[in-house]
Amino acid sequence: MIRLIDVQKEYDNGTKALKGVNLRIDDGEFVFLVGPSGSGKSTVIKLITGEIAATEGRLMVNGYNLSNIAPRQIPYMRRTLGIIFQDFRLIEKKTVYENLAFVMRAIGASTRELRRRIPYVLQLVGLDQKADHYPGQLSGGEQQRVAIARALVNNPSMIIADEPTGNLDPQRSLEIMMLLERINELGTTVLVVTHEKSLVNRFSKRVVAIENGRIISDETGGYYNGEKI
Amino acid sequence: MARKFDAGYYFREGFHSIFTHGFMSFAAVCMIVACLLIMGSFSLLAVNLDHMLGDLEKENEFLAYIEEDYTEEQARAVGEEIQKIPNVAQITFVTRAEALEDFKAGREDNDLLSDLPATVLRDRFRIHVTDIEQLKQTSDAVREVTGVGDVAVADKIAEGFVMVRNIATGVAVVLIGILMIVSLFIIANTIKLATFYRREEIAIMKMCGATNAFVQWPFVVEGLLLGLTGALVAFFAQWGIYQMVGKLIIQGNGLSLVTMLSYKSMIKNILATFCGTGALIGVGGSLLAIRKFLQV
Repeated sequence: MIRLIDVQKEYDNGTKALKGVNLRIDDGEFVFLVGPSGSGKSTVIKLITGEIAATEGRLMVNGYNLSNIAPRQIPYMRRTLGIIFQDFRLIEKKTVYENLAFVMRAIGASTRELRRRIPYVLQLVGLDQKADHYPGQLSGGEQQRVAIARALVNNPSMIIADEPTGNLDPQRSLEIMMLLERINELGTTVLVVTHEKSLVNRFSKRVVAIENGRIISDETGGYYNGEKI
Repeated sequence: MARKFDAGYYFREGFHSIFTHGFMSFAAVCMIVACLLIMGSFSLLAVNLDHMLGDLEKENEFLAYIEEDYTEEQARAVGEEIQKIPNVAQITFVTRAEALEDFKAGREDNDLLSDLPATVLRDRFRIHVTDIEQLKQTSDAVREVTGVGDVAVADKIAEGFVMVRNIATGVAVVLIGILMIVSLFIIANTIKLATFYRREEIAIMKMCGATNAFVQWPFVVEGLLLGLTGALVAFFAQWGIYQMVGKLIIQGNGLSLVTMLSYKSMIKNILATFCGTGALIGVGGSLLAIRKFLQV
């Protein structure tokens, strides 16, 4: 569960990115966070992942109080999250299997656990035949699916996807969204940051719109300005 | 699920990344080899100089002449007094007769010496000192002993030895110190460059919940392996260079004024020093280089 209570963020250069944001995302939800560039979407993600700290307000992520978390606790908080980036961020010199293996190693998993979990997750994203490929040998859509598998492999309670379809064509984008929806149906909370209006409208989920550092709407179904198919 | 320290994993990762970042590893090893060779050469030079001067020091002695009217027994008793003086390492008693024989040796043709009585010379002690730097004080102390008529000391030569050795040691220590600092800086930068290539990798690890220790260990292993590889290469290269220099010195050194210690006699010390320094530079450089990338 995520809770932001009156969160403000002012960067060192004086930019006020968030001007008092209140947001609650419960376990098992599927939420789109939408808004134009510079609206504060990325700041929300960075706050949730512990990359930056809030200037004011309280922030809870999966039972961790980020307002006063010790730096050494941050890795453990991050293990409850699975993060997906627009540019995939796979390690080019590692195979698909190794890309997944090293994040399991990072939390202390044994070789036996790796052998059991990785094939299962790869099968879930439809890449069980490509475990030995390097990222460079895969298409953009496949690379993003590897990134999703990596986010899932440690069985986090929440997936955060930051513009996951930004680098993909419409067909691949749709596939990725459907995959995230399926993951959500299996019980994982999903938060997708995007500004692809048509995709958002198609799924009819909860949409939180942010603009100028403030949440301007929060409703289920549709795009923030009320446009529907 | 929580196994704290997986040494096998860190070792495999560290070993593996030496090869996946082959060129940077090669560059780092070359730097370590170069630094160790330069430091090693200067150290060996210093050690040899010290050894040579030590040899000269051993040969250094002075003479104490006993009063003319002392009998041999009395003279030997004086020897016991001399032996008690600090810094006196060893004394040898030389009788008048022996001294005359020594003097005559090589001068057999000189008729004037043939019937010279032994009494023209005095009994004497040949005295070796432990520390050549205190030669003057020691000889002064010997002169004060009752029964000692006079001493003959070549203290100017001794002072020369001491000065040469002190200058050589000082220069070597300063040079080695400067080289140590320069090489640490170069290695840290080489590894920093290698780490810079992997900042993305580190950022991903951190975002997936890896602790700093988990991220650091493979780099530490990598630095250690690179350091030890460099140390071994430098060790054998140093061996070759040392033998070559040794041969050149023997060829151009008919009088054998210069003697060198054999590499084999110092092999354990050199290997240990090289491995220690290499490991220190490698691991230190890794930690120094990776520090700033951990702040994600």
